[in-house]
Amino acid sequence: MQYLSFRDIDWTLLIVVLLICAVGVVQIYSATLGTDTHNAWWKQILFVLGGLFLMWVVLSIDYHTWLHHVPLMYILSVVALLGTALVGVAVGGSNRWIPLPGGNRFQVSEFVKPVIILLVARYLTELKSDVLEIREMLILLVLVLIPAGIVLKQPDLGTALTYLAVLVVGAFLAGLNWKYIAAVALVAVLVLPVTWTFVLQDYQKQRWISFLDPELDPKDKGYQLIQSKIAIGSGGMLGKGVTQGTQAKLRFLPVPYKDFIFAAFGEEQGFVGVVFMLSLYFVMIMRIVQNAQTASERSGMYICMGVAALLLSHILVNVGMVVGLMPVTGIPLPFMSAGGSSIWSNFVALGLVSNVRLRRFVN
Amino acid sequence: MILPPSDPNFEQRLTDKPPLHDDTRFAAGKIAVFQYTTVGVFLFLISGFWRLQVQDPQSYQARAEQNRIKSVPLLAPRGRILDRDNRVIVDSHESYALDLARENLNEDHLKPIAEGLDLDYADLMKQVRRFKQPKYVPIRLKEELTPADLAFVASHHDFFPELELIDAQRRLYPQDGMMAHVIGYTAQITEEELDLPEFSKCSPGDMVGQTGIERQYNDTLIGVNGQRQVVVNNRGRVQKKLGEKLPVAGKDLQITIDLDLQAVAELALEDKIGAVVALDPRNGEVLAMASRPTYDPNRFTRDYKTLTTSPDHPLLNRAIQAQFAPGSTFKPVVALAALETGTIKESFTVNCLGSVTLHGQVYHCMRHQGHGSLQLHSAIVQSCDSYFFMVGDLLGIDNLAHYADMVGFGKVTGIDLPHEAAGVVPSPEWKIRVRREKWYAGETPSVGVGQGALTVTPLQLARAIGGISIGGIWHQPHLLRSLGATERPTRADLDPDNVKTVIDAMYGVVNEGGTGTLARLPNVEVCGKTGTAQLASMAYVKAHEGDSTKDMRDNAWFVGFAPRENPEIVVVAMVEHGVHGANEAPVVRDVLKAYFDKKLRVEALKQQEQGLATKTSSLSTIGLPRELPHPAGVRR
Repeated sequence: MQYLSFRDIDWTLLIVVLLICAVGVVQIYSATLGTDTHNAWWKQILFVLGGLFLMWVVLSIDYHTWLHHVPLMYILSVVALLGTALVGVAVGGSNRWIPLPGGNRFQVSEFVKPVIILLVARYLTELKSDVLEIREMLILLVLVLIPAGIVLKQPDLGTALTYLAVLVVGAFLAGLNWKYIAAVALVAVLVLPVTWTFVLQDYQKQRWISFLDPELDPKDKGYQLIQSKIAIGSGGMLGKGVTQGTQAKLRFLPVPYKDFIFAAFGEEQGFVGVVFMLSLYFVMIMRIVQNAQTASERSGMYICMGVAALLLSHILVNVGMVVGLMPVTGIPLPFMSAGGSSIWSNFVALGLVSNVRLRRFVN
Repeated sequence: MILPPSDPNFEQRLTDKPPLHDDTRFAAGKIAVFQYTTVGVFLFLISGFWRLQVQDPQSYQARAEQNRIKSVPLLAPRGRILDRDNRVIVDSHESYALDLARENLNEDHLKPIAEGLDLDYADLMKQVRRFKQPKYVPIRLKEELTPADLAFVASHHDFFPELELIDAQRRLYPQDGMMAHVIGYTAQITEEELDLPEFSKCSPGDMVGQTGIERQYNDTLIGVNGQRQVVVNNRGRVQKKLGEKLPVAGKDLQITIDLDLQAVAELALEDKIGAVVALDPRNGEVLAMASRPTYDPNRFTRDYKTLTTSPDHPLLNRAIQAQFAPGSTFKPVVALAALETGTIKESFTVNCLGSVTLHGQVYHCMRHQGHGSLQLHSAIVQSCDSYFFMVGDLLGIDNLAHYADMVGFGKVTGIDLPHEAAGVVPSPEWKIRVRREKWYAGETPSVGVGQGALTVTPLQLARAIGGISIGGIWHQPHLLRSLGATERPTRADLDPDNVKTVIDAMYGVVNEGGTGTLARLPNVEVCGKTGTAQLASMAYVKAHEGDSTKDMRDNAWFVGFAPRENPEIVVVAMVEHGVHGANEAPVVRDVLKAYFDKKLRVEALKQQEQGLATKTSSLSTIGLPRELPHPAGVRR
């Protein structure tokens, strides 16, 4: 057994993440003040505490052990996702949640994320080469596309995209030939019209259309985007102050404590607050990447980079959405949006990173 | 259960394969690419916030304010319309209408909405599907919501955001079309009306008067709408009041109509097509003005189609818009003209044989067997046409036209109502101007009996006879009580003896066995004149006998005033196809009777009150006769 010291965990990363969580709690408090979801802020504190515990559990067990159990975890994930399709409840037109006693819900697709990270890490590590061949790439692609496809059918485009982000970054690191990337890009361009016609559902098309021109349909799909931009824009340089955001308070902004929390934050804290928060997120990603660089061997590096890719894609899709740079896809902002599944899944991912860091001197 | 860590090199050690190249540095370059990508992603995101929050915050702040602050108009109630005794004729009350906003319409909601509001679902669906207006124009679901409807809307506001309550001020008019033509009605201002100077103060959506008093005094009656600024949430629910400007109610308008007389006039006209006008000749105040058929302004929009297409033209205010030949009611004017010009003396005698021949043409008297020999007095009393064919011919068309003009024919009286008709006074100049023809001497005798091209409105006739009755002062008829002070009458220098001769003859019409005997009243000296105006020549009527498509029966007139000395009221009744003026004498009699009965009652009450006032001063403020029944159809 190796020597582990918890004093060695990445304090910068942990403090930054807890800071983000704290801002999130304040923002949830502000956005739900005077509504029937006002208990969300202290629930969120409990979720964060629970997340820290999960993180401790994850990092206590050597990540090689976790990697060893990837096949089992992968099969369980796919079964759980299929189970969601059977017993799940639909909220907002998307069937992603398994109901729990006490009125709580559990989002399986969030907990599949760490499994995808481990899967990609183990698969790429076991290739034992510096170049990713197309055949191996395709096998991995299929392995990731099975859960991603189920999630896409829920339908939850945003979460499915984050799975693919892990895969893409992993494949890039593993040395995927540029020619293949070019070929895939070409195929994608050719397949796009087909996807548009046959694969994407009407509401997904609507979201793309409303993203491209939200004013076209100001009362329906474009409404969320317009209101989000109004919230952020009206915040100006310094913002309106905590609990003073009218867009969030008067419910013009949809779910201002979940998917659109960053718009509510931008309204109340202004550009200065936004830059501060994005800096925290940037530091968080960079710390995770640094942990990848100091990993003792490839699997650790892949795990850390997978987490970095996952969180970066989350931030890009969610923040890009609220500010009008990305289409509306309902995914939460890591560590800020209210919700246990998301918080816990992200702390599990953080646990994996710490796991890799604590064992960087092995061998 | 702790499993041994999987060693990636474990297999390698057992095989001959080259050891796995397992330093993490192999990906260092690619990790750097990822880092740069991360920097790029964050700069990309910050650029988005920069664009919204730093470059253009004002426009978004404005839109956020627009979102949250709504201006709710506070409708000013329209002024009431009161009768001369301050009784309310027209009132306003607050009501709610319900609109269906189609911007956020969910068709699944239509069924529960229809059930909740007691509307026909299929009908509603059809309406929604076929509504052609742009999407922001809502569909009006219901007017005048009941308390049950309001409760339904309030309790389902969160489920049916497409329902919008519209605050409205409803006008409450007398029922069954009483006074409809005098009062008029209101409607939402149209695009064209917005351009008119008289509506310069109005904005789209305002309710403005379309005709009658409502139109004439729209500026007085209309108030100034206020505004309330409120904070609303995304469902339009009011969260907080920011400030408000209170509406200024429109001013009440007192008109000269006496509801008691009006009610009698309306009843007297029941089932007839015609008009009644009652004037105070001493000041031009209109005491009653009724027109039949009528319409109900309360349901005007609903009835609009039938009203505009009806052959009886119910929208026409016949008191000021019907232009018919006055027939024999013109004879007092002709008699006065003949006396004033010295054309004849009172003793001028004509022997009526049923017809006279003038200019080689035969003119028939109404009484085919003839009146025998008569002088001016009996010619008016008996309404002999032969006499006035002769007098008219002797006077000549120029004199006839001059005196017709003097009494106010051929031009609007200037009453404060829109769309008054002027009538026609024929003259050689008029004929050249309008018909491009020369005047034939043979046309003059017909004008002498109020036929030919001569046409007048009932109001013109009332004013004309009223002016003669008080010795040659013609006041401008008016409905606004306060107009009396500014009104300037036209006067004519008439010989009082000539006036007396004409008045005495009109007294004879009613009281000496003349054609207007039915207008007679005990205790009041009623003077009057019948008129029966032909719509076509007798030959024409004979030729078309049995043709029911066109009613060619004569129009009937009666004009009466009372008392003989110092007259206080002049009443004109006109009934289309009434056959003979004598038939309408009772209409005038009823109105006159109501006037004098009320006068007696009011005087008696005043005396009673003066007696009481010495004991209890508080009662003296009541000015109305208390035992008077409240006029039918006026709700308060």
